[in-house]
Amino acid sequence: MQPFVVHSGITAPLNRANIDTDAIIPKQFLKRIERTGFGQYLFYEWRYRADGTPVPDFVLAQSAYQDATILLAGPNFGCGSSREHAPWALLDYGFRAIIAPSFADIFYNNCFKNGILPIVLPDESVQRLFERIESHGSRTLTIDLPAQEVRDADGTVYPFDVDAYRKKCLLEGLDDIGLTLRHEEQISVYETTAPFARSIVSSGV
Amino acid sequence: MADTGQHFPRTMFDKIWNDHVVREHTSEPTLLYIDLHLVHEVTSPQAFEGLRLAERQVRRPDLTFATADHNVPTTDRREPIADPIAKQQIDTLRANCAEFGIPFADISSVDQGIVHVIGPELGLTLPGKTIVCGDSHTSTHGAFGALAFGIGTSEVEHVLATQCLQQSRPKTMEVVVSGSLPLGVHAKDLILGLIARFGTAFGTGYVIEYRGPAIRKLSMEERMTVCNMSIEAGARAGLIAPDDTTFAYLRGRRYAPTEAEWERATETWRGLCSDPDAEFDARLEFAADQLVPQVTWGTSPGMGTDVTGRVPDPADVADPTVRQSTDLALRYMGLQPGTPIQEIAIDRVFIGSCTNGRIEDLRTAAAVARGRHVAPTVHAMVVPGSYQVKQQAEREGLHEVFLAAGFEWREPGCSMCLAMNPDVLAPGERCASTSNRNFEGRQGRDGRTHLVSPAMAAAAAIAGHFVDVRTFAARV
Repeated sequence: MQPFVVHSGITAPLNRANIDTDAIIPKQFLKRIERTGFGQYLFYEWRYRADGTPVPDFVLAQSAYQDATILLAGPNFGCGSSREHAPWALLDYGFRAIIAPSFADIFYNNCFKNGILPIVLPDESVQRLFERIESHGSRTLTIDLPAQEVRDADGTVYPFDVDAYRKKCLLEGLDDIGLTLRHEEQISVYETTAPFARSIVSSGV
Repeated sequence: MADTGQHFPRTMFDKIWNDHVVREHTSEPTLLYIDLHLVHEVTSPQAFEGLRLAERQVRRPDLTFATADHNVPTTDRREPIADPIAKQQIDTLRANCAEFGIPFADISSVDQGIVHVIGPELGLTLPGKTIVCGDSHTSTHGAFGALAFGIGTSEVEHVLATQCLQQSRPKTMEVVVSGSLPLGVHAKDLILGLIARFGTAFGTGYVIEYRGPAIRKLSMEERMTVCNMSIEAGARAGLIAPDDTTFAYLRGRRYAPTEAEWERATETWRGLCSDPDAEFDARLEFAADQLVPQVTWGTSPGMGTDVTGRVPDPADVADPTVRQSTDLALRYMGLQPGTPIQEIAIDRVFIGSCTNGRIEDLRTAAAVARGRHVAPTVHAMVVPGSYQVKQQAEREGLHEVFLAAGFEWREPGCSMCLAMNPDVLAPGERCASTSNRNFEGRQGRDGRTHLVSPAMAAAAAIAGHFVDVRTFAARV
């Protein structure tokens, strides 16, 4: 996993609430068996008409935002299906961070597993950032994970919270499975009792 | 077993969580043991590939169970799968299960079905278990008093390799439902009504325990419908305390305990219920008595109303974000503000899914369809949630009721709930669907989905538009 430390980039505004993972990556693109190559299908049904031509007023079709690496969105971002193809598509397109007033639980978790930083900012801050982009054309933000700050070019600093453990994993690009396997002995000890686990092989009648 | 907090009243969630803690450390997430890992073809190939790349094994293939459901065609299974990419995904799952020794209900197996339908019917789903699957509707299994939730593919790989998950402890919420559901009002209306009232994020960060007299009166299958859509309220999981209804459902299921073990198990399961004085982090109350059949009009499960109501007018909405969402939804759905719900004509009907594809759902729909016929403008299909459901329905003659009424009778799978297989809405088509999501494009690009109960879907199929099933069912 690519570590995330300090990142500056262009911010694409997508001012809608409840952007679901079906919108982020429609189901017809879930049949691949790889983790890569999903960026071309990101927001497919908003980005492209049924005949495959781009929708010119969709944010990612506009030249100013084509190289965006930060996404600014409305509340409950990433709701719906648990498909990790959604963060894979965002990452594959080039997004490293998403800023929104709130996220759906599974999507939020999936981001950290893929080196994407989801940032929760208060509604007023997100609205102010939308206004800065739309009225002033100020598109570049800097995200400083060690300091837990989003910095705008006008000098405004937006502090954010992030779980200390997730922060550490993201800063160092750590592999979760490797970390858990360090505790394999404790897993084995638990398994000697595991009061609710029932082996499928031995319990069938 | 964990003995912590014996003297403090605990919620059911607290008890299940504590019984599964492998490791706790102040600066790290809890390592939680997983008792059952359900696997399907869409969210697993990258996880197995990750294992191979890291030269890791599946730690407990005997606590893992796989089936193919999302991509499978619902037409004759003896025919080859036409979509080569879907076929590749199913072939990949079959090969991965063989390589790692995981039990697999293949598409020709009598055990095949939607993963959240077959878990309970095989008795794999049991009270007190922790259950995960790379699918958000894993919350379904919470109906049995199991802590069950959806995970992403990285976590699928993590569970395959370690049989554990790193988890931060969620908060707890009790949703107390008073009274009982009126005639013609079903579990689907209850969960749709809750989400319409409290929104699609009221459960975010919480595990919800559904309680109260209305919940206790629900059958297991109705409880599954309620817990299934907990994710549409944003919740990590939904829970319902196990009781005699739960035990009656489970007894004799293939993987359920038997004899002396069954007696011990039921005693343990009864002890899982929240203690009388247990405190939840949040509480909501909801009255079942006043509930009316629900129909969603928009592109989020919270955009719903009573069948007796009207499509809202964005101009009446004060909050600018909600006003914008309402306006966008009505444009996508091709609906005029103020239109009575019962004047909305439909083109398609889908009865099925992990929300409403079980035998009781089909019985309810068949009772409405019996002796009637689908409107000439409507294409209606019934997709059983599993082979076992299909066989049971055929034993009861329900398929003949549906076929005589002009419904298609299909093979089991997820089908048009997410339309990964050929069961897809054409652009502009409007569907009364018993599934769980009405997102833009969910059932097909530019398709328009209205979420309803199986009874409401069957009635809409016959009338050609939404009708109030409470009065419709009595009409000749």
